Amino acid sequence: MHGLTFDIAHMLAGSLVLLSFVQLYQDRLTALINVFAAHAIVLAASVAWQAFVQGAPHLYITAAIALAFKAVAIPYGLRRIVVQLGIHREIENVVGVGLAMLAGIGLVALSMVVMLRVTPGADPLAREDLAFALSIVLLGLLMMVTRRNAVSQVIGFMSLENGLVFAATGAKGMPLVVEISVAFSVLIAFIVIGIFLFRIRERFDTVDVQALDEARGERP
Amino acid sequence: MRTDALALVLLIPLCAAALLGALPGYRLTARLNVLAAFATFASSLLLFAVLPASGDYLIVDDLNKVFIVLTTFVAFTTSVFSASYIGHEIESGKLRPGYVRFYHAMYQLLMFAMNLALTANNIGLMWVAIELATLTTVLMVGLYRTPEALEAAWKYFILGSVGIALALFGTILVYMAARPIVGEGLSAMVWSVLVAHAANFDPDLLNLAFVFLLLGYGTKVGLAPLHAWLPDAHAEGPTPISAVLSGLLLNVALYALLRFKMLLALNPASIAPGPLMVILGLISCLFAALMLYRRRDIKRLFAYSSIEHMGIIVFAFGMGGPLANFAGLLHMTMHSLTKSAIFFAVGHIAQVKGTQKIADIGGLTASNPVLGWGLVLGVVAIAGLPPLGIFMSEFLVVSSTFARSPWLAVLLTFAILIALGGLFLRLNTIAFGEPRGPVKPAQSSYVPMFAHFAIVFVAGIYLPSGLVAGFTNVARLLG
Repeated sequence: MHGLTFDIAHMLAGSLVLLSFVQLYQDRLTALINVFAAHAIVLAASVAWQAFVQGAPHLYITAAIALAFKAVAIPYGLRRIVVQLGIHREIENVVGVGLAMLAGIGLVALSMVVMLRVTPGADPLAREDLAFALSIVLLGLLMMVTRRNAVSQVIGFMSLENGLVFAATGAKGMPLVVEISVAFSVLIAFIVIGIFLFRIRERFDTVDVQALDEARGERP
Repeated sequence: MRTDALALVLLIPLCAAALLGALPGYRLTARLNVLAAFATFASSLLLFAVLPASGDYLIVDDLNKVFIVLTTFVAFTTSVFSASYIGHEIESGKLRPGYVRFYHAMYQLLMFAMNLALTANNIGLMWVAIELATLTTVLMVGLYRTPEALEAAWKYFILGSVGIALALFGTILVYMAARPIVGEGLSAMVWSVLVAHAANFDPDLLNLAFVFLLLGYGTKVGLAPLHAWLPDAHAEGPTPISAVLSGLLLNVALYALLRFKMLLALNPASIAPGPLMVILGLISCLFAALMLYRRRDIKRLFAYSSIEHMGIIVFAFGMGGPLANFAGLLHMTMHSLTKSAIFFAVGHIAQVKGTQKIADIGGLTASNPVLGWGLVLGVVAIAGLPPLGIFMSEFLVVSSTFARSPWLAVLLTFAILIALGGLFLRLNTIAFGEPRGPVKPAQSSYVPMFAHFAIVFVAGIYLPSGLVAGFTNVARLLG
C-alpha cells in the first residue's frame, strides 16, 4: 500500500470515528443532525476514495447514495420533523456525557484489540478499516442506548449503518448487491422510522421513548 | 419444470402482495390471500418432485426443503384463520377496512421474504430477505395503532434493526474470511462455494463473525437476553401475525444461524459453535420458564412459551450430533404447528371475551367448549405431555443430552418442568372454573387449529418412515 493512499484512507476512517464521538456529546437535536450530516459526508468521501483506490467504479454509486440520502435528504427530513414537533430543546441523556465518552473510548479500544488481533494476515488497510468500522458500529450502539429521545436513537442507528457501509466498502471486491441493498434498506428504514415518528407524535405528546414505556400493556 | 417450482414459491407471494395491495373489499382479498398461500404451499411440495438446480443466488437442498414446506404450510393454515379473524375485527370496528388491504399485501410480502431467506444461496441475499421480513412484521405489529401497538412496533423495530445490523457485520466478516481463499466477487458470498472451501478459511475471522451472527440473528430468534421485543410484538399485533412470528419467523432466523454453524463446523481450527448455542439456549429456556408465572396477558404468556421452546431447539442444535439434531428439527416442526394452533385459539378467545387479560377470561370449557378444550389440548401439547408430538421431541432432546452431559440434561428437564407448572397454573384460570367475561358463541373456523393438533397428535404416536429418513438425512447434514 502506497503511503499517500493509505494515509488518506486512514484519515477519513479516523475522522468517522471522531465524528461518532462528537455525536455522543451533542445535547441539542439540530446540532446532532448537523454532526450526523458531516458523518455521512465523510463516509461518502471515504467510500469514493475506496472506489478510486480499488479501481471499483460501482462503489462511486454507494458514495453518491451516501451523499444524497444520508448527508442531504435525511438530515433535511429530520430537521423538519424536529421543527414540526417543536423539540429543539435539550436531549435527555441517560448517563452523563463524561461516562458516555469513557464508555466510547473503552469500546474503541475493545474493537482495536479484537480486530487487530484476529486479522494479522489481512492487508493493513483492510484490517484497520475493519477495526474502525467496528468502533463506529459500537459507538452507534452506545448512542442508541444512552439516548431516550426517538430522533437521537434514529441517528444513532444511522451512524451504526454508516459503519456497516464503511466495513462493506473496505472489504475489497464485495459484490454490489449488498452495498445497494444496504443503502436501500437504510432508505426503507428511514421511511419506516419517519412514519413511526409521526404516529408516535400523533398518539403521544412527546417523542420521548420513555413515555412509551408507561403505555406498556403489562405494567401495573 | 426444473426451476419452475422454486420460482413459483417466490413469485406467487410477490405477485399476490402486489395484487392484494390494489384490490378493495376484505371478503374477496381474504379469500385470495388463502388461495395464494395454498398455491405457494402446493408449489413447495413440487420441490420434492424435481430438485431445482441451484445458482449463485438461490438454492434448494435437503435442509431448506424441510423449512420451506413447514413455512408454506403454516402460512396457508394461518391465512385460513386470518380470514375469519380479520372479518371479526372489521365487524367489531377494531380495524378499518382500508388497513386490511395493507395487511394482506404485507402478509404476502412477509411470505415472500421468508421464502427468499430460506432459498437464498447467497449470504448477502439472505440478509436482505431477513431485513425485509423484519420491516414487514414491524408494520404489521403496529397495525392497530394503539399506544401499546406502536410501542411494541417501535421496540421491535429498534431491537430488530440492531440485531440485523450486527448480523450484517458478521456477514461482511465471513466474506473477508472467504476472500483470500475463494477470490473476490460474488462467489465469496455463495453458500455452496463457502461450504466447499470452509476448511481453509481464517479461523479467527470466522470465530468473530459467528459471534456477531449469533447475537444478530439470535435477536431475531428471540434468545434471552436479546428477547425483549418478542413478548410485546406478539401481544400487540394482530393474532395471525403472532402465529406467523412464533411459528415461522423465529425458525427462519434460526435457519440462518444453522447455516453459519455448519460453516464453522467444517473448519477444524475455529471454535466449536455448539457450546455458545447450548448456553444461550439453556438461559432462554430457564428464563422464559420462570417468566411464565407472572404473566397477566394471554398472548404474552404464549410468547414467553415461544422463547422457552426456541431455547430448547437452539440447545438441541448446539448439542449437535445426529440424534440431537434430529430432535431439534422435530421439536422445531412440532413447536411451529402447536404454537400457531394455540394462537389461532387465543385469537378467537380474545375476540369472544373482548380482552387479552387472563384475569378477565375464565371457564372457557363451560362457555365455549370447542375453543376451551382446543386451548387445553394445545397447552397439554406445548407443555410436553405424552402422547403428543412435543413430548416425543423433548424426550429425544433430553435423552440424547443425558448420554453426553447429564448435568445439562438435568437443568433442561428442570426448566421444562417449571414451564409446565407455569402453563398449567394459567390454564386453570383460563379454561376451568366459573365462566367470566361475555359469553357468546365464537364465529370462527376451527379447521386450521384442529388440523395442526391432529398432525401433532399423530406425530406423537407414529412418524412416517419417509419423514424420519428425511429428518435423519438433514440431521446428518447439520453435523
